Amino acid sequence: MIPELGNFALALACCLALAQAVVGIWGAQRRDIRLMAATPGLAVGQFLALATAAGALVWAAVHDDFSVANIAENSAIAKPLMYKISGCWGNHEGSILLWGLILSICGAAVSLAGRNLPSGLRARVLGVLGGTSCGFLLFALTTSNPFLRIWPPPADGQGMNPLLQDPGLAFHPPILYTGYVGFAVPFAFAVAALIEGRIDAAWGRWVRPWALTSWAFLTCGIALGSWWAYYELGWGGYWFWDPVENASLMPWLTGTALVHSAIVVEKRESLKIWTVLLAIGTFSLSLSGTFLVRSGILNSVHSFANDPARGIFILALLALVIGGSLLLFALRAPRLSSGGIFAPISREGALVLNNILLCSICAVVVVGTMYPPFADLLLGQKISVGAPFFNATVLPLAIPLFAAMAVGPLLPWKRAKLMPIVEHAWWAALAAVIVTGACTIGMKILPALAFGFATWIILGSFAEVVERVLLFRTPVASSFRRARGLPIAVLGAAIAHAGMGVTLAGLAGAALDSQKIVSAKVGQTFSSGGYEWTLMKLEDADGPNYTSRMATIYVKKDGVPVVLMHPSRRNFTAQHQTTSDVAISTNLLRDLYAVLGEEHDGQAVLRLHVNVLAPWIWLGAFTMAIGGAISLSDRRLRVGAPSRARPDAVTA
Amino acid sequence: MKRWAVGAAGALLISAAALPALAVSDPSEMLKDPKLEARAESVGSQLRCLVCQNESIEDSNADLAKDLRAKVRQRIVAGDTDKQVMDWMVARYGNFVRLRPPLMASTVLLWATPVLGLLAGGLIAFFSRRRFAAPPAPLSVAEQARLRELTGAP
Amino acid sequence: MSFSRRHALMLAPLGLAGAAGFAFWKMLDRMSVGKFDPHALNNPLVGKPVPDFALSPIGPGKGFTAADLRAAAAQKPVLVNFWASYCIPCAGEADILGSLAGEGLPIWGVAWKDKAGPAQQFLDRYGNPYARLGNDVSGNVIIDWGVYGVPESFLVDRNGIIRWHLAGPLTDDSVSQDLRPALKAIA
Repeated sequence: MIPELGNFALALACCLALAQAVVGIWGAQRRDIRLMAATPGLAVGQFLALATAAGALVWAAVHDDFSVANIAENSAIAKPLMYKISGCWGNHEGSILLWGLILSICGAAVSLAGRNLPSGLRARVLGVLGGTSCGFLLFALTTSNPFLRIWPPPADGQGMNPLLQDPGLAFHPPILYTGYVGFAVPFAFAVAALIEGRIDAAWGRWVRPWALTSWAFLTCGIALGSWWAYYELGWGGYWFWDPVENASLMPWLTGTALVHSAIVVEKRESLKIWTVLLAIGTFSLSLSGTFLVRSGILNSVHSFANDPARGIFILALLALVIGGSLLLFALRAPRLSSGGIFAPISREGALVLNNILLCSICAVVVVGTMYPPFADLLLGQKISVGAPFFNATVLPLAIPLFAAMAVGPLLPWKRAKLMPIVEHAWWAALAAVIVTGACTIGMKILPALAFGFATWIILGSFAEVVERVLLFRTPVASSFRRARGLPIAVLGAAIAHAGMGVTLAGLAGAALDSQKIVSAKVGQTFSSGGYEWTLMKLEDADGPNYTSRMATIYVKKDGVPVVLMHPSRRNFTAQHQTTSDVAISTNLLRDLYAVLGEEHDGQAVLRLHVNVLAPWIWLGAFTMAIGGAISLSDRRLRVGAPSRARPDAVTA
Repeated sequence: MKRWAVGAAGALLISAAALPALAVSDPSEMLKDPKLEARAESVGSQLRCLVCQNESIEDSNADLAKDLRAKVRQRIVAGDTDKQVMDWMVARYGNFVRLRPPLMASTVLLWATPVLGLLAGGLIAFFSRRRFAAPPAPLSVAEQARLRELTGAP
Repeated sequence: MSFSRRHALMLAPLGLAGAAGFAFWKMLDRMSVGKFDPHALNNPLVGKPVPDFALSPIGPGKGFTAADLRAAAAQKPVLVNFWASYCIPCAGEADILGSLAGEGLPIWGVAWKDKAGPAQQFLDRYGNPYARLGNDVSGNVIIDWGVYGVPESFLVDRNGIIRWHLAGPLTDDSVSQDLRPALKAIA
């Protein structure tokens, strides 16, 4: 009964989305107040319907309803409750439902938080969101319906891939999808503005919070995915330039460019065409990524069930959404009025450079990922484009970006000279040079340079804050007062930029890693990375749906006990699969990473890693997202929210 | 994925390549000479595991990857240079086995993308810029007189 | 920039997207009929001579060498089939191999790291189409032939040159559309 309710709710949501699209666009075109006012209600209704559908699926999973085909294929009685729930979005149909749900949440959010938007713009934005939703939900209903039944129902389900039975699964997809799908809102704003034929500073201010929120979620989503791979896969890798990873990186790159470009539209009414194109492009990349990953065209470790027939449907949907919006762009964008003029050396100029570099990196990732299928189709040649290619091509583009990152926020608008910047940031540059020099003693030039750039970025990001509070140039109390009066967005930007530096330092730390692979007997001690590792015991440690062997490793540093680690290997009997459960011990400066391998004749294979600064990779990403969140809390960014008058306003 | 490929992967069972399970290499696989082993690992990390999706033979625990790792070490011990080992593999499996695409006529566009991207961006930015308007020419004596007359300035 | 140049530039993203979309559609189209497989390799040995090798005996097979293969192929082109008893799709193509063998096509089998017992069981259950049979114990022969999974099949012509290759099990379609024309070409 409940799955039927879910199916009905899904269909209802699709109809509401269609209504939302028609009413919104038509109402705005006709300037019909009642139609425009009705659109938010439809958006909220669509969200409620989809929430019901999602709830129905989760209910079916929790109650082991194996008459639902999706549950029978992906769940099992013995599966732990948390994975029954989170497994709902670990398969194709469930993930499409999640996409739709988040898209409807975006619509509801615009309805509720966008009360201060002009009604015409809001109606159009909701209309575009509704149209996209409708297409997606139609796809879900016709080709990927999670509520299809099978009869007679099997006694038990086929269970889920053991690699996915992990807490990471509960968080990574929803957060990542919120990032992906969230960019639909800036997209809708861009299309609405093109329909209206007008983009102004207010538009820039309205778009930025939505872009920033999606960007923060996408950053966290990518970082979570990378961290999950690190502890789940078992050899310490965290980024493989795999096509699915690239598919999430592409919208992140253009999304970063969008967040920065929107500032220029807001402050100077310039770079409108760039910004609109970036808004359309980011969501287009999200959508295309979704399609490519499920189509079977790409060679990837994230194997979804691939079905070319589904691929054709999504391709048609993409043609409508992307083709339609780009056509609108080609027709309407030339009419957008150009705004402020600026000199090449200025904050606008730096942001143009930022756009060019980020988009070039994105182009490299796109071309590299798509080259193998295209070469196959057009030339009949089979080539691989793997990590070595991306590392070689992205790095030269990233370097100028890292260098400019600290300088950009220091430049004034419209026209600037470089010398004053040098005066403001010389100390950061000096520190960077010193760090690079010090590092070249212990490591190769590339990691040393990376540490130098990381120092430059972290210190230089705060140069603007230092400038504004006149640190060390006025009494501390005065600096403090100035700091409290600083716009929060400045602090947010500094933190976000510094976060990038932290991640860079984390990546560079790999140069200091040590790794040892040994065949160990119980009681043996090995020395690696400055630590002593002793295998204390090997025992059985079975779980609810697996058998397992667990090792206990005692780690000491110079005789001082550090930690006990318990890596294990699990054999999932139902699926005939063995997974490795890595033991990680972190002190936020380094990770101790131990893996248990096969056992022969009382000896077990152990891999012992010391990953220096590895935690900073993900801490840096998290810092970037926090910086974004802090910027969002700036009241100036929120629509129509004037700052509160201080009760003790200074009048003298 | 074609059914046969799924079947083959399933048939190669425990080391079902897309689902890494075991420790990646056995210490017994490693060469005794650390320098040679380092070379073997660096060559191996450039070779694609053909039954896995997008992994190198060093990262994968498929049976074929294990055999190929052994082969790489065999050839290095036999005295081949890194290039000769790669060529040996390419002779048997084609360019698909190289994770770093070789520079040839069909991959020129691929390798040129960073430069082309920068160039395109730079050109667009250059051609869209609008220069500050030149300041107007200074007024002539007659125009200054007219201005004084109009504004009533002394 | 001039107005028309601006317009042309604004059309570029649409043009690019359109071209990409068309290409993707073609890919999906060909994938559905099996003419496009992003996961398959092109074997570079096609057009080259058979590599040197030697195979051990297994079950009813006595093993064979490259010299044996070249000598036999000089009389009549040979189909070399790589298989294993633990390979499920190999069971799927057994019927087709049997009927090809019945038509008089010499089929020589290479087992990949197999064992006598399971191999014998497989052949008893699905039939033995192999005129000659050998076992690649080390896995080196597989690598020398550029094989990356089982089953795979090769056609060797009278000059000892590999003229045709298929990765995956033989199907009725691939036999009629690929193998037979290839056989005709080298007859």
